[in-house]
Amino acid sequence: MTMLAIWNIDWQTIADATALGGVYALMAVGIGLVFGVLRLVNFAYGQLVMAGAFSLALASQWGWPQWAGIGLCFAVVLALSMLMDRLVFRPLRGHSPAVMLVATFAVAFLLQSIALLWFGPLGKIATSLAYLNRPITISHVDIRKITIVAVVVAALCLVALALLLERTTVGLHMRASSMDFQTARMLGVRANRVIAMAVLVSGALAAVVAVMLTVQNPLVTPDFALRDTIIVLAGVVLGGMNRPIPATLGGFAIGFASGLLGGALPTNQSQYLPTFLFAAVILVLLVRPGGIFTRARLVERV
Amino acid sequence: MRRLTALQELAGPALLVIVTALLGTLVSISTQGYFTDTLVKVAMVVALYTFVGNSGVLSFGHISFVAVGAWTAGVLSVPSDVKPAIMPNLAHMLRDRTTGNLSSLALAALVGGICALVVALPLMRLSGLAAGIATFGVLEITHNLLRYEEKIGPGLNAFSSVPETTGLRQAAIGALVVVVVAFAYGRSRFGRLLRATREDPAAARAVGVSIYRQRLGAFALSGVLAGLAGGLYVHLLPVNTESVYLDLTFITLAMLVVGGATSLWGAVVGALAVSALDSYLAVAENGSSFFGAQIDLPAGTRVVIVGTLMAVVLILRPNGLTGGREFRVWRR
Repeated sequence: MTMLAIWNIDWQTIADATALGGVYALMAVGIGLVFGVLRLVNFAYGQLVMAGAFSLALASQWGWPQWAGIGLCFAVVLALSMLMDRLVFRPLRGHSPAVMLVATFAVAFLLQSIALLWFGPLGKIATSLAYLNRPITISHVDIRKITIVAVVVAALCLVALALLLERTTVGLHMRASSMDFQTARMLGVRANRVIAMAVLVSGALAAVVAVMLTVQNPLVTPDFALRDTIIVLAGVVLGGMNRPIPATLGGFAIGFASGLLGGALPTNQSQYLPTFLFAAVILVLLVRPGGIFTRARLVERV
Repeated sequence: MRRLTALQELAGPALLVIVTALLGTLVSISTQGYFTDTLVKVAMVVALYTFVGNSGVLSFGHISFVAVGAWTAGVLSVPSDVKPAIMPNLAHMLRDRTTGNLSSLALAALVGGICALVVALPLMRLSGLAAGIATFGVLEITHNLLRYEEKIGPGLNAFSSVPETTGLRQAAIGALVVVVVAFAYGRSRFGRLLRATREDPAAARAVGVSIYRQRLGAFALSGVLAGLAGGLYVHLLPVNTESVYLDLTFITLAMLVVGGATSLWGAVVGALAVSALDSYLAVAENGSSFFGAQIDLPAGTRVVIVGTLMAVVLILRPNGLTGGREFRVWRR
């Protein structure tokens, strides 16, 4: 505890960092699942979250009940994911990773500019779930309800996902495809179905993330979740892109680290948080280019 | 004959730059700004091509060298009597010194190159996705430091009062210099070795090419060119940290890939094609007539149209408009 006191960290910071780590872990799984089957880094993932957040904001503006708002959020994000798969991912299958990455970059830019055109740079406010932002006191520590909700929901989603991947046929197909897509297809895995499944699950996770992030930050702007996506991408590569568990751990680790650093740095240095964070990312990549949570060296070193 | 065949690969891109500059002299002063801006973008994209095109490694970090170049040229060219007003916390060493236009550009290129070299020394050991994310980290760090370090620049504010010396002529000369350097590098022994590592890393290594050293050299050289482009940029408009960050990174990368990342011709064509479309729509958004066509678009549609077209080109023609081949009138 003395160590923590020196670093200016209290339980509240740790709780918030855990919640951020949980949300980032979900985004990491969402990005990692699609990468597993398609070898495509989806930079436009943050814009899926942004679209979900805007649906929540619109629903609260129209005075819809909460469940309807969350329903709309899921519907919009899932529809957009399917559309992305059909219009962008499918024609790009088999191209070089660089082309695919830049193409999803273009999609991200496009979706963001559509949001800008539609909603303006100031964005909208989603108020319906704001009560979750209030703190409750557990043994002298104030913790926002959303922190607990985020940790619980993230844990539940990850357990559900693990069951899906380990205990169902379609999960087996997904794991097989991410190991070796060609061989999996030869053995009778239906490519389009398994990819659609991965995209759908990844979209559902984006919708969950949209709800969590909107509660924490009710002001929804066109660049909503853009920064988070960049940080999560770094976390995923850091953890090890090729397998779901290292990717998830990487996402959690970077969320937890940025939450902790944000709380631990004195105010006059906290503006340099991105510098500390990305310097750490670069250092780790130099030591373990294949990811920290992987055993074998998967990325070729020059 | 052989040398002539090679020279047409330079002539194509160079002619395009010159024609763009000449076209720019025909239009009104307000429209001319778009042509100047386009030529500076050509310099940036060709700088990016020098590394990304020849090595095949994606870099998200090059705009940080553009930013560093812009900061160098900007800080050194603001007249010393207005410096304290714009940059009150500037370090003493920088406060008392002001240089002319040309030397500020040369220093921008130098500092851009040094930064790129320092960054490349550790980073060029990485490849693939790890390299992509690490260069992204470089962009984030540069953006963050320039934004809050007021000892070396205006911080959150824009570079106002920098003499606006980048007119059509300076932009065209700058773009030509960058194109010629990129061409000379591509023809040189080092450019060929680097392209060999792109096509087949194992074979290149087997014949004794050090991938690390070749990438290091190309990265530093493209840092020099990006720094120069940044210098040109700050002499064109009041740059701030946001104008040399994600949007510019995205648009220059997209220009390169849309044109065809593996050739100099592709880099120039991509930069010109995307800029031309973007500027045309920007003019149309303002509701004025341009080359005889009267269009009136609601504000903001420009980015949506450009984004859509770029996504469509990338999806339908992933090797770019030129297919990644160099300019050739006749083939050997």
